[in-house]
Amino acid sequence: MKHQFELETAQNPEALKRIVIEPVSRVEGHGKVTILLDDKNKVHQVRLHIVEFRGFEKFIEGRPYWEVPVLVQRLCGICPVSHHLAASKAMDMIVNGGILTPTAEKVRRLMHYGQMLQSHALHFFHLSSPDLLFGFDSDVAKRNIVGVAAANPDVAKMGVLLRKFGQEVIRVTSGKRVHGTGSVPGGVNKSLTLEERDYLLKDADQMIAWSRDAVRIIKQLHKANPALYDSFGDVPSTLMSLVDEDGGLDFYHGALRARDKDGEVIFDQVSYQGYNSLLTEGVKPWSYMKFPFITTLGEEKGWYKVGPLARIQNCTRIPTPQAEAERVEFVAYGGARPMHGSLGFHWARMIEMLCAAETIKDLLLDPDIMGTELMAEGPRRGEGIGVIEAPRGTLFHHYRVDENDVVTYANLIVSTTNNNTAMNVAVRDVAKHYLTGHELTEGLLNHIEVAIRCFDPCLSCATHALGKMPLEVSLVNAEGVEIDRLTKDGEGRIGNGGA
Amino acid sequence: MSNGADSKTFFLDEEEIPFEEGQTIIQAALSAGKFIPHLCYHPEFKPHGSCKLCTVRIDSRTVTTEDGQSVKIPGRAAASCTTPAQAGQHVESEVPEIQDLRRTLVQMLLVEGNHYCPSCEKSGKCMLQGLAYDLGVMEPHFPQYFSKREVDASHPDVLLDFNRCILCELCVRASAEVDKKNVFALSGRGNTKHLICNSESGKLGDTNLAATDKAANVCPVGVILHKRHGFEVPYGQRRFDMAPISDNPAQYAPVKEQV
Repeated sequence: MKHQFELETAQNPEALKRIVIEPVSRVEGHGKVTILLDDKNKVHQVRLHIVEFRGFEKFIEGRPYWEVPVLVQRLCGICPVSHHLAASKAMDMIVNGGILTPTAEKVRRLMHYGQMLQSHALHFFHLSSPDLLFGFDSDVAKRNIVGVAAANPDVAKMGVLLRKFGQEVIRVTSGKRVHGTGSVPGGVNKSLTLEERDYLLKDADQMIAWSRDAVRIIKQLHKANPALYDSFGDVPSTLMSLVDEDGGLDFYHGALRARDKDGEVIFDQVSYQGYNSLLTEGVKPWSYMKFPFITTLGEEKGWYKVGPLARIQNCTRIPTPQAEAERVEFVAYGGARPMHGSLGFHWARMIEMLCAAETIKDLLLDPDIMGTELMAEGPRRGEGIGVIEAPRGTLFHHYRVDENDVVTYANLIVSTTNNNTAMNVAVRDVAKHYLTGHELTEGLLNHIEVAIRCFDPCLSCATHALGKMPLEVSLVNAEGVEIDRLTKDGEGRIGNGGA
Repeated sequence: MSNGADSKTFFLDEEEIPFEEGQTIIQAALSAGKFIPHLCYHPEFKPHGSCKLCTVRIDSRTVTTEDGQSVKIPGRAAASCTTPAQAGQHVESEVPEIQDLRRTLVQMLLVEGNHYCPSCEKSGKCMLQGLAYDLGVMEPHFPQYFSKREVDASHPDVLLDFNRCILCELCVRASAEVDKKNVFALSGRGNTKHLICNSESGKLGDTNLAATDKAANVCPVGVILHKRHGFEVPYGQRRFDMAPISDNPAQYAPVKEQV
């Protein structure tokens, strides 16, 4: 495993020149990368910064619990369904102990798999395919979805219509394409009518076929240039995701499994209700985004990857046949050990999109999807944890609600936050290999962005470290001598360093 | 066109509206299926005349000047909820000048409180939101106050979110006139005016309000909410999803839909 702290902090930053990539393009949210180099263009420091702050954890406090699934999804415009459902799952625990009717669970699953389809299609076709089809340092004027549409109109059309279908699944199940209200604590507020079911079903086979084509495209790219695809941003790490009770891929529900970089299981079938003893959220003074790690492994060795590359290699099977066949081929390509090259994310992501398309069809053919039992009742509790596999990885929502029905505590570990260390290590690896000693060009700097895009980060979702960022304030006299120092650690404890 | 004076009619935006003796302009208009924007008006309570959304202009005149030009002399502005209808009068409501004033009033209300429609349970059935859409409010226009107001969750069945209060006093009137409990009142003056609860602690939980009280079911916005119920009506089926507020005056007033 690469050392996560390598190239994080330069020894003498004031003596180095600074390159800034801002904004990082074709990702969700706003971020920047700073690179410090010496006169010979040797890289000394690389950091991925998130330049916005959301703070949802704080302002959810004091709000009535039934607002939370609708309120918290406003974190994001790309995969709000993930937050909507993770919050709903947590609130299910509070209102009825986590019971759902079959119809409610299947409508939620349909919503979620629709979102997985649209988000993965958006990322692959709109955001990443320009790099993959034209080359990382190709003509920047054409390296975008418009360029893809001009050069490969069929590919662009496929991407647009796959995403549109996913959005329609979300609209039918939640009322709106973005920021619907379908899932409520304890169930859903609607199921599908026969007309809605048939409307979606008529296109389901085409979506499966196009998803299969998408897997073929990325597989061919990967196999055509293994030297690049296997090694670019290669960051061996622990892999973590939810799996179902048989170890199968499940985006909506399951228990936690982690494998080490060599594929050995570290833990399995661990209930996510105990996530806060399993994980620690580290903080660094230069980022609003936290750096979670597996507590028992420590900060240095406990960082991990989540998302498609982790999920596809963590599960032991995929419940749908065509995606399972692709998973078997993917795992065989990697050999005895998991693949850790960042570009492998794209291949895994397209296998997941195929799984989502197949699952959507299966759910549409299930009579429960049109059932009328929408809500379940059960015993009330004061605390709820909901975890879901969002398009970008494992998403944790944790709330406490008092006897007056008001939220008193909220903690979110967003998918992208889980990948924070891995993304930073990947961009450092790419910077070290591709930038060192070279005259910097746009194409070379795009390599950094390509590495970030592999993770499909949603930067806007991921910044919640209000009051958690370590700070150090020094009082220096006119002679430059430090006369006092105040420090605040990651838990907000104030200390006096004393000069 | 009939003679308005003989048949007890008046003209609202040049449309002849019948009325009964004692009816206000808004009562007659709504009875005739003609919508006049309003927030503090409710057919079951005495007119309040505070929100001014229902302001209309009465009996404007057009005169010809000595040099032959026509000049409009605006009539008097009046709250249609407190002004009796009179035979033959000419009332202007949906004219640009009045609609602009109403839009400004709604914009001021929207920035004075913390109206975050996306996460409000009343979204889709909120009178303020419905009027904002109807009047074409596309942005806040004025700087937000960002008032800091806590929710009162002390009552077992009803929650108060003061962030959304527009001071219409419908809950005050309902509690006093219908429920005979005097649970609510307004306190303070000017921009410190706010809704209070009539209990020693000031908390709703220490009043005798019941969820079935009229006062608990009359709020036109999202202040008085029934606990543990939220977003139960899907998009497309909410009150103002079915028809814009102005297209369906039969649903003109807040209804008992939360219990």
